[in-house]
Amino acid sequence: MDIAIPNILIWFIFLLPLASFVLISFFTKPVLNKPRLSGYLTIGAVAGSLALSIWTLISILRAEGHELVIPDFNWLAISGVINIQVGLIMDTLTSVMLIVVTTVSLMVQIYSQGYMHNDPGYHRYYAFMSLFTASMLGLVMVNDLLLMYVFWELVGLCSYLLIGFWFHKPEAAKAAKKAFIVTRIGDFGFLAAILLLFSQTGTLDIAQIHSLALTGTIGSTILLWAAIGIFLGAVGKSAQFPLHVWLPDAMEGPTPVSALIHAATMVAAGVFLVARMFPIFEHSPDALLIVATIGGFTAIFAASMGLVMNDIKRVLAYSTISQLGYMMLGLGTGGVAIGIIHLFNHAFFKALLFLGAGSINHATGTFDMRRMGGLRKVMPWTYFTFLIASLSIAGIWPLAGFWSKDEILVSTFDSQPVLFYLAMATVFMTAFYMFRVVFLTFGGKYRGGTPSQTSTKPHESPMVMIIPMVILAGLAISSGWFNVTGDFGHLLGHGAEHSFIEGFFGILTHPLPWISLIMAFAGILLAYAIYSKNWLSATKLRKFFSPIHTMFFRKYWMDEFYEDIIGEKILNKGIFTRFKLFDSKLVDGAVNGVADAVMTTGRVVRQVQTGQLQLYGIFIILGVLAISIGLIFWG
Amino acid sequence: MEVGLDHYLILSTIIFSIGLYGALSKRSAVVILMSIEIMLAAVTITMVAFSRYIVPTELTGHIFTIFIIVVAAAEAAVGLAIIMAIYRRRENIDASKIDLLKW
Repeated sequence: MDIAIPNILIWFIFLLPLASFVLISFFTKPVLNKPRLSGYLTIGAVAGSLALSIWTLISILRAEGHELVIPDFNWLAISGVINIQVGLIMDTLTSVMLIVVTTVSLMVQIYSQGYMHNDPGYHRYYAFMSLFTASMLGLVMVNDLLLMYVFWELVGLCSYLLIGFWFHKPEAAKAAKKAFIVTRIGDFGFLAAILLLFSQTGTLDIAQIHSLALTGTIGSTILLWAAIGIFLGAVGKSAQFPLHVWLPDAMEGPTPVSALIHAATMVAAGVFLVARMFPIFEHSPDALLIVATIGGFTAIFAASMGLVMNDIKRVLAYSTISQLGYMMLGLGTGGVAIGIIHLFNHAFFKALLFLGAGSINHATGTFDMRRMGGLRKVMPWTYFTFLIASLSIAGIWPLAGFWSKDEILVSTFDSQPVLFYLAMATVFMTAFYMFRVVFLTFGGKYRGGTPSQTSTKPHESPMVMIIPMVILAGLAISSGWFNVTGDFGHLLGHGAEHSFIEGFFGILTHPLPWISLIMAFAGILLAYAIYSKNWLSATKLRKFFSPIHTMFFRKYWMDEFYEDIIGEKILNKGIFTRFKLFDSKLVDGAVNGVADAVMTTGRVVRQVQTGQLQLYGIFIILGVLAISIGLIFWG
Repeated sequence: MEVGLDHYLILSTIIFSIGLYGALSKRSAVVILMSIEIMLAAVTITMVAFSRYIVPTELTGHIFTIFIIVVAAAEAAVGLAIIMAIYRRRENIDASKIDLLKW
C-alpha cells in the first residue's frame, strides 16, 4: 500500500464504532430486534477501525517525522475568549494505541458472540462495547485536553455501565458504583491539572502545551502540580495505589468486558495519559520520581494480594494492577517507549488471560479456582493459550512479556535501585501466582464447578471463542519481537543509546535478563511444588504464614479502611454530620429566624389596629396636620 | 368692616372643627353622621367663598357645592341604612363597640 491514508478516513476510525453504537441503540434494537445483527454490526465496525488503524500506522511509518498533520476544525468558538478546535494527533504513540485498542476490541467482540450467547442484554452489551471502543479510540486520538477529558469520562461511563451490566446482582451494582466513585477521585486531579494548565498557558492544545513546557515558559512549580494532577487521574484510571480498590471489584462485569476494559485498554489509559503528557513530567524530576515510586510500589503491593485470591478473575485483576504498576515504573524511570511497549504487550497477553478465564467460566460456571481443576484434558485449546499467556506475563524468553519487562527492569536498575529490587521480587510473585492459577485450574482432578451445575460435565468452548484466543496467543508470543532490534522503542521516541537489546539471542548475553528469568522460574517451580505435586502443603504454609496470609487475603484492609474509616467515620459521621448541622442549624436557622422575627414584630405591631374608627380618624387628622405644618414651615 | 374671604374661611374652619370634634368624640353613630354633614357644610362654604372672591364670573364653586350636597344626601342615606342594620342586629349604635375590623 503506497498511498497515505486520507484524513477523512482517520476520523472514521473513531466514527465507525460510534455509528455502530447509534445504530444498535436506535435501530437494530428497537426496530429490528435481531440480536445477532447487533453483534455483527459491532464486529464489522471494529474490524473496519482495525483496518484503518493499520493503514494509519503504515502511513505514519512512511510519513516525515513519523507524524501525520491533520487540519483542525472549529468546534466551539467564543470570539476573543476561547476557541476550541477538534483535532487529532497522529503520531506513533497514537497509532500504537489504535492498534492495541482495535485489535483487542475485535478479538473480544468476536469472543463475546460465544460468551454472551443468549444473554437477554445482548443488544445493550454490544451497544456499550461499541460506545466504549469509540470513546477509547477518541481518547487516544484527540489533540486537545478538554476533549481528552470528555473521552476520559466517557470510557469511565462505559466502564460503569459494563461493570454493572448484570445490574440485578447487588454486587455488580455496588462494584459499578465503587469503580465510578473511586475513579472520579482521580479524575478530579486530572480536571484540576487541565484548569491549571489552561490558566497558565491559555491553551488546551497538547502539542502547544508540550512546546511551552519544553521551552520552559511554564514555571517548574506549575509543571510539577500539573504533573501531579495528571498523574492522579492516571492513578484512578489505571488503578494504582491508593486508588486501586475498584479494579478487583470491577470483575463483577462480564468477562469479555474485563478483558477489554479492565485489562487491555481503559485501565491502560492512565499509562497512556502519562505518556501523552510526558514532556510535563520530563521537566520535573520530582514528578517522574512520584510516578516511578507509585508504580513500583503498586506492582509489588498488588502482586502480593494476587498470591492468595481464590477467584481466578481477582487474581488476574491484581495481576493487571501489578502490571500497570510496572508500566508506570517504566514511564517513570525509562520514558515513554519503555512504558508503552509493556502496555502493548500486556494488552494482548492479559486480554488472552481474561478470555481464558471466561472460557473456563463458560465451561464450569464458576470463577472459584477451588472448584476447578483437571481442565487440561477437557479444554486443550483454553489450556494451551492460557499457558502461553501465563508464560508471557511471567516473562519467559522469548515470549512478549520478557522483552518489555526486562526493559523496565534495566531502566529501573540504572536509576532507582530500591524500586529495582521490588520489581525483581514482583517478577517472582507474578510467576508464582500465574502458575498457581494454571495448576489449580488445569492440573489435578475436576472439583465440581458450581454446586448447581455439578451434573453437567465441563466442555471446551465453541470455536467462536477459541479463535480469538488463538490469535491473541500468537500476539502474546510475538508482540515483543517488534522491539527486538529496538526499532519499536525508537519510533516511540526512545533514544538508541538506551537500548540494551542486541537481537533475539543477543539479549541473553546480559546478566540481568538471566536474573529475572531465574526469579520467574523459581516462582513457577514453587507454584509447581505447592499446587501440582503437593511437596509443600498449601494448608500448612497458609497456617505458617497465617498473619501475612490474612493481611494479603483481606487486601491490607484497604476496603475496610476506605469504607469504615474514611467513608463512615470521617465522611458520614464527621464531615457530613457537620455539614448537616450547618444546614439544619445555620441555614435553616436563618430562614426560620427571619420568619420568626417577622411574626413577632407583627404580633406586637398589630395591637395598633384596634378597630376603633374614631381612633383611626384622630390619627388621620394628626397626620394631615403634621403634613400641613411641615408644608408651611419647610415647603 | 368689610366682610372678606378671611372671614368666610375662619367661619368654615370653626364649623369644620366642630364637625370634626363631633365625628371623633361622640359615641352615637347618628351623631357622628350628623357631624360629618356639618364638616361637609363647612367645606361647601369654602367652595362658594373661593368661587365668589377668586373667580367671581364663573360658577365652578357653586357647581361643586351642589355635587357635594347630592353626594352628602346619598351618603346620609347609605350611612343611616348601615346604622339601622347595625341597630337591628345589636340594639346599640355605640361606635366604640363597632370594632370588628381589629386584629
